[in-house]
Amino acid sequence: MVKFKIERAAAPFWTKTLIPIVAVLVTFLITSILIVIAKANPFAAYYHLLIEPLSSRFSLLEVLVKSTPLILTGIAVAVAFTSGYFNIGAEGQLYAGAIAAAWVGSTFVNLPAIVVIPLMMVLGFLAGIVWALIPALLKIKLKVDEVVTTLLMNSIMVYVVSWLLNGIWRNPETGAQQSPEFFEAARYVKLAARSRLHLGLIVALVVVAIVYVLIKKTPLGLKMRAIGASKVGAQFAGINVNRTMLIAALVSGGIAGLAGVGEIAGIHYHLINELSNGYGYTGIIAATLGGLNPIGVLVAALFIGLIGTGSLNVSMALRVPVYLGDIVQSTLLLVTLAMLLLQNYRIKRI
Amino acid sequence: MLAVEMKGINKTFGLVKANQDVHFCLEQGEIHALLGENGAGKTTLMRILYGLYKADDGEIFINGQKVAISSPKEAIGAGVGMVTQHFTLVPTLTVAENIVLGYTNGLLLSHKDIEKSVADASEKYGVDVDPSAIVKNLSVGERQRVEILKALYRNARILIMDEPTAVLVPQEVDVLFESLTRLVKAGLSVIFISHKLIEVMAVCDRITVLRDGKVTSTVKKSDTNQIELAKMMVGRETFGIKRQPSKTIGKAIYELSGITLEGKHGRKILDGISFSVATGEILGIAGVSGNGQGELTHVLTGLMKPTSGSIKIEGKEISHLSPGEISDAGVGRTPEDRHEGTIGDLTVSENLALENLADFTKNGFVDQKKINESAKEKIKEFQIKASPNDQLRKLSGGNMQKVVLARALSRKPKVLIASQPTRGLDVGATEYVRKRLLEEKEHGTAIVLLSEDLDEVLALADRIAVIYEGCIKGIVPAAEATPEKIGLLMAGAG
Repeated sequence: MVKFKIERAAAPFWTKTLIPIVAVLVTFLITSILIVIAKANPFAAYYHLLIEPLSSRFSLLEVLVKSTPLILTGIAVAVAFTSGYFNIGAEGQLYAGAIAAAWVGSTFVNLPAIVVIPLMMVLGFLAGIVWALIPALLKIKLKVDEVVTTLLMNSIMVYVVSWLLNGIWRNPETGAQQSPEFFEAARYVKLAARSRLHLGLIVALVVVAIVYVLIKKTPLGLKMRAIGASKVGAQFAGINVNRTMLIAALVSGGIAGLAGVGEIAGIHYHLINELSNGYGYTGIIAATLGGLNPIGVLVAALFIGLIGTGSLNVSMALRVPVYLGDIVQSTLLLVTLAMLLLQNYRIKRI
Repeated sequence: MLAVEMKGINKTFGLVKANQDVHFCLEQGEIHALLGENGAGKTTLMRILYGLYKADDGEIFINGQKVAISSPKEAIGAGVGMVTQHFTLVPTLTVAENIVLGYTNGLLLSHKDIEKSVADASEKYGVDVDPSAIVKNLSVGERQRVEILKALYRNARILIMDEPTAVLVPQEVDVLFESLTRLVKAGLSVIFISHKLIEVMAVCDRITVLRDGKVTSTVKKSDTNQIELAKMMVGRETFGIKRQPSKTIGKAIYELSGITLEGKHGRKILDGISFSVATGEILGIAGVSGNGQGELTHVLTGLMKPTSGSIKIEGKEISHLSPGEISDAGVGRTPEDRHEGTIGDLTVSENLALENLADFTKNGFVDQKKINESAKEKIKEFQIKASPNDQLRKLSGGNMQKVVLARALSRKPKVLIASQPTRGLDVGATEYVRKRLLEEKEHGTAIVLLSEDLDEVLALADRIAVIYEGCIKGIVPAAEATPEKIGLLMAGAG
């Protein structure tokens, strides 16, 4: 009888490039089964999911619109994860930024755009920091697990937003739960006519570039990578682990706050309960798929935006449930995680 | 009839001969000590008896019957129980639940039944435990009693205790010895692994001394004394080599005074450690592992802060500084565990530069060119077989240790804390590291060498300090080091 043995071995160098590709293929294989069960043709489904969104100008721009918040939340999460700080609270931090933006965008009516837009972004960034502060301090001072605390802060934020929209920000005339409309100057300028594409994309791309330089080329970035790889090793080398982790946690919160600013100032122009469609959580997926590398996260966020747009097409064209997009996303994440783990093992015949 | 007879046991791990042709017998109703320093082979031998390892050669007889034990379950079935240094109790369960864990014959018993069963056993064996107490609320001594009762509950007739007093305070040690003596009178046979001469002489009937995997001798307590045992434990040729007194030694530059580290329940892990090191001198700190070297290393390298006491370099107090600040003060450090003290995912050059990033920063950005050039220099100087951009985790142990040493020396420290510098290294790497340390000494660096390898300390140190139960038991100049002196100190009897 042939026996097999599983043993640990270092991952060969070519796995790094191959993993995303194989992960995507395996994901499509698995989700094909579901598509077939839904009585549709997998190849047609993938055409609608992946190719069709890119085929028209409007659709392509929509993909970019959908990806914009994901790029920011993905980068936010990637910055934190790189430093070994597992920020699950991007969702709440996003809303914090949105609240700050909503306040600025409806209050400072007399200021020109050139003042108001940066003001909004700065305050949105700071609001994200504020919302990230308590879990970060609890982690550093009392070793409280940040996964739990950042997650719970998300729940609190849901109610904060609801409280604001039911109270001081309830529309007095219509009774609708939305904050006062942004005045013209406070709205993110549109990047392309007849589309929803807005300044937020530029902001996101600039953040990607800044974070890339930060992580790869600055001493702070090296320290963040160090503490993420080995807290003890970093401490031994003299790095102030607590301070570096705090900075990472707060920068992460701030970037997530910018995502909230973008959604409000670029699309909705007022605060609503459903501002975010789980962008903070999807950001975790983008960060993981992108291997925590800012460029990778950008690509992953665009891919998820693509799937998000495409799944509407699929459901309309083939009567496959619109959740297909979510299923593809989640399966891709699970497959990627599995591959990252399995690349460290070999099966040997004995 | 002998309770246990182990004949011709051989066990090799890779290149290390942990046990070489070991013969060991345990008589019925005796407490038999297995004495030896680090790496002597005591724990390996007992792990073979308990089924955790399989001997390469040799036979084992229990109560006259040949047995082949390939798992702890079979060992327990043969009547062998083991109490290790690290307890295997579940803190959130009660004493009774822990004791019956894995031994309930698949029946669902009620809490009352379990507790009654354990209470009966407690009375029968005279081992005092409270069946309903939750383990995490128990003291260390009480937990150890639970471990002992656990073994007896499974009908152990032979009990192996691995360094049982390592975690106990003196009062608990007395209670333990009293229990063991009583149990032995009632028919239990005990193997007592230890390196502590005082205890061995107090409670054991016969003693087998192991060294370097071989049995030095087996003697009756009444036929020997501490000095003889000390010689048997550590005697080696290296003691005979006469060393020239070093010409490089200057003035004291690094001073520890009263360094104390308190752990849980006020237990003193380090107790009033004081010593000084001069420029151009190597002070070796020898001792059996588990006596506080690890914690002392953490205190010296800044990973732990002492409860009290002072550390001064050139008169400047550094005991409460962070690792980075200690490095800034002129103390180079190598980590005890090179995997913990370095960052495997970063490159060789990044690891080398990490301790003084400020030197490699230009205009707020990392000066990658400078880092790589500096790394290339170190690679050449220390003969490291790697390129600057290799991930550190890919390096062999020897090369990793060279990186660690290169980093520790990169800021030209006045004091070097070298902790287990050649642990796990091959002959070539070991020779290189030792040669390097001697070179540093020649250049006037004061070196504190913490090593569990007595040969290494004997080869390199100008003075040898022996650590035992968190204290420095004595400091002996190398020229005066004899097996008796060092062995007695290491075994707590100096």
